[in-house]
Amino acid sequence: MIAETGLAALWLAAALALLQLVLAFAGLRGGKPELLAAVRPAAVAQGVLTAIAFALLITLFLRSDMSVLLVATNSHSMKPWLYKFAGTWGNHEGSMLLWVTVMGVAGAAVALFERALRRDTHMATLGGQAAISLGFYAFLLFSSNPFARIDPPPPDGQGLNPLLQDPGLAFHPPTLYLGYVGLSVAFSFAIGALLTRQVDAAFARAMRPWVLAAWVLLTLGITAGSYWAYYELGWGGWWFWDPVENASLMPWLAATALLHSVTVLATRDALRAWTVMLAVIAFSMSMVGTFLVRSGILTSVHAFAVDPSRGSFILALLALYIGGALALFGWRIGSVREGAPFELVSRETMLVVNNLLLSVILGIVLIGTLYPLMTEAFGHKVSVGAPYFDRIAGPIALTLMIALAVGPLVRWRRDRAAAVGKRLLVPAIIALLVSVLLFAFAWGRTGILPFLGLVIALSVGGASMAPLWKRNLLRTPLFTWGMVIAHLGCAVSLAGMACDSAFTVEKLVAARPGDTIQTAGWTLRFVQIRPLAGDNWTALQADMQVDRGGTPVLIHPQSRFFSSPPTTTSEAALLTRWNGQLYVVLGDEVEDGRWQLRIWWKPFVTLIWLGGVLIALGGALALVGRERRGWLLKWRAGRSEA
Amino acid sequence: MRKLLIWLPLVLFLAFIGLFASGLFQPDDRIIHSRLVGHPLPAFTLPAGASDRSSLASAQLATGKPRLLNIFASWCVPCAAEAPQLMALKQAGVEIDAIAIRDARLDVDGFLKRYGNPYARIGLDARSEVQMALGSSGVPETFVIDGKGRIAYQHIGDIRADDVPMILDRLRDAQ
Repeated sequence: MIAETGLAALWLAAALALLQLVLAFAGLRGGKPELLAAVRPAAVAQGVLTAIAFALLITLFLRSDMSVLLVATNSHSMKPWLYKFAGTWGNHEGSMLLWVTVMGVAGAAVALFERALRRDTHMATLGGQAAISLGFYAFLLFSSNPFARIDPPPPDGQGLNPLLQDPGLAFHPPTLYLGYVGLSVAFSFAIGALLTRQVDAAFARAMRPWVLAAWVLLTLGITAGSYWAYYELGWGGWWFWDPVENASLMPWLAATALLHSVTVLATRDALRAWTVMLAVIAFSMSMVGTFLVRSGILTSVHAFAVDPSRGSFILALLALYIGGALALFGWRIGSVREGAPFELVSRETMLVVNNLLLSVILGIVLIGTLYPLMTEAFGHKVSVGAPYFDRIAGPIALTLMIALAVGPLVRWRRDRAAAVGKRLLVPAIIALLVSVLLFAFAWGRTGILPFLGLVIALSVGGASMAPLWKRNLLRTPLFTWGMVIAHLGCAVSLAGMACDSAFTVEKLVAARPGDTIQTAGWTLRFVQIRPLAGDNWTALQADMQVDRGGTPVLIHPQSRFFSSPPTTTSEAALLTRWNGQLYVVLGDEVEDGRWQLRIWWKPFVTLIWLGGVLIALGGALALVGRERRGWLLKWRAGRSEA
Repeated sequence: MRKLLIWLPLVLFLAFIGLFASGLFQPDDRIIHSRLVGHPLPAFTLPAGASDRSSLASAQLATGKPRLLNIFASWCVPCAAEAPQLMALKQAGVEIDAIAIRDARLDVDGFLKRYGNPYARIGLDARSEVQMALGSSGVPETFVIDGKGRIAYQHIGDIRADDVPMILDRLRDAQ
């Protein structure tokens, strides 16, 4: 009964989306306010219904209802409840339902809370959101029904990919999805504004909080995903340039550019066409990413649902929405007037530079990701790996970091180059000192990119604090704090990446229990190896006593075996210290009772994710800072009315 | 100029769509074929993989008569599905040797007890090294070895009932 109710809720929601689209279209076309009045309630009801459908699917997973095909193929009655819960979206159908749910709920939120937008643009935006949702409803209802039954039901399910059985991964996809779909709101805003020809500062101010929120969630999602890959895959790396990773990086790059350009539009009424374009591109990248992951046209370590028929459905949606949006852009943008002019030396110029650099990186990642596909179309098989991305995107990213340090020190509209130079004196001195120090101590031990990375990270870290210089810190707006913290986060991440690639020490040994291993100042004593049983796995666990001249600590790298489906995963042991992480992976038994051990000492590697969290925190502060004033005013207005 | 720039994204996007479509409808070919087909087997010596079967060395595979080399593992589900076909091939007089991948002798014994034992010899490849050397990427896989110890054919995935005549043809061709 639960499954049928869920399916019914989904059909109803789809019908409401259609109604919402028709109402908005007919209302705007004929100028009938009575039709437009029903758009918001429709959007809210649609959001509630999708949430109900998703909650019902979660219920089915938690109850291990094996008569539902999706549960039977992706869950197992023996599984811990957290992974039954996470199993809901750890598969194709469930994650598409999550996508539609987030879109429905976001649409309801736009209907309920958006006050800054002109009414007709608001209605056009809701119509646009309904149009996008409709495609995804069709996809779910006609080609990937998550509520389909199976007869006869199997006694036990097939289980969830054990790699995904990790608390980190239970929450990583929903966070990313919130980000992806948040960008769909920005996309709908852009469509709404193009339709009503209202691309101006007020539109940008209305769109900005949605972009910021989506961007914060994307940042968190990517950071979490990177840390998950780092500790769960057991290879000691934090970024693989895998198509699935790129699928989340590309929307993030576009959203970062959009975030800055929407600020220019909101504050200075410039970069109108560019902002609309980026809003279209950001969501397009979310959809392209989803398509690449879901269609199976690119091979990846964690792509799932390899299925050309579903792929062609998403491809059709892609062509329809993105192609439609770009055509609308071409058709309408000519009638949008140019925004306010600005001088060459100005904050605006710096933000344009930032936008261009981000776009170039986006282009590089996109080409690198699609290159295997392009060559395959001409009959060759190649794969593009990390060296391409590192070598080409690396230098541009470093340039971007410099722009990031300079930008906030330049005034809006016009500035003098000499004055800017003066403000950059302190960061320049830091850069010089760091270079000299590094040159003295580490030259020859590090590559050129890590070297430059460290120098730039430290000076950008200094420069990013400069906007707080000589200010009353308590009276500095939260938005400025947000910017400073986010930029500082970029420097922190960069420092972590540079340290990791410059100073990591790796050791691969075969050791017997009782042996002692020395590496990078650490002493590791291999105490014993013993079997262990968990909820739905068995493992071999090595107990190791490690110390670096202090009190010894016990760590436990494991090799875990899951029976359904049969898979072995390695659970790395991580020991975090203030100046880095010790990372130990237990490998196979070699011979005569010796075991393979892979040991890394990674100085300051944790800074990478700390930086990611700082970036997201900065975004959240900016969001609160921008919105708080509006909320306060609204709240006061509400109180005085009552 | 500006007009051109405005429409450029749409043109680029349509090119991408074309590319995606061509990728989507291209025959899916992600199976890794061994480069050794037509070449002699790499040299290897493996310890015995089951308690009542002898060990396996590459030299033993060039006996003048074509034979099968089956790559399997006791933990592999399709291998169990494949077992009846291997038994049928054995009934038909085919000599089959095997390499057990990442396995333990006790587990292999259990597997053979349960699903039957079509193998003349079983080598234990505890670290998949020989498997890699053979250019095999998964279990089960089956190689047709000709009388001179050369790989004549590589069958990826389990041998289904309707593959059996084809395998017999391949063996005859390898004569």
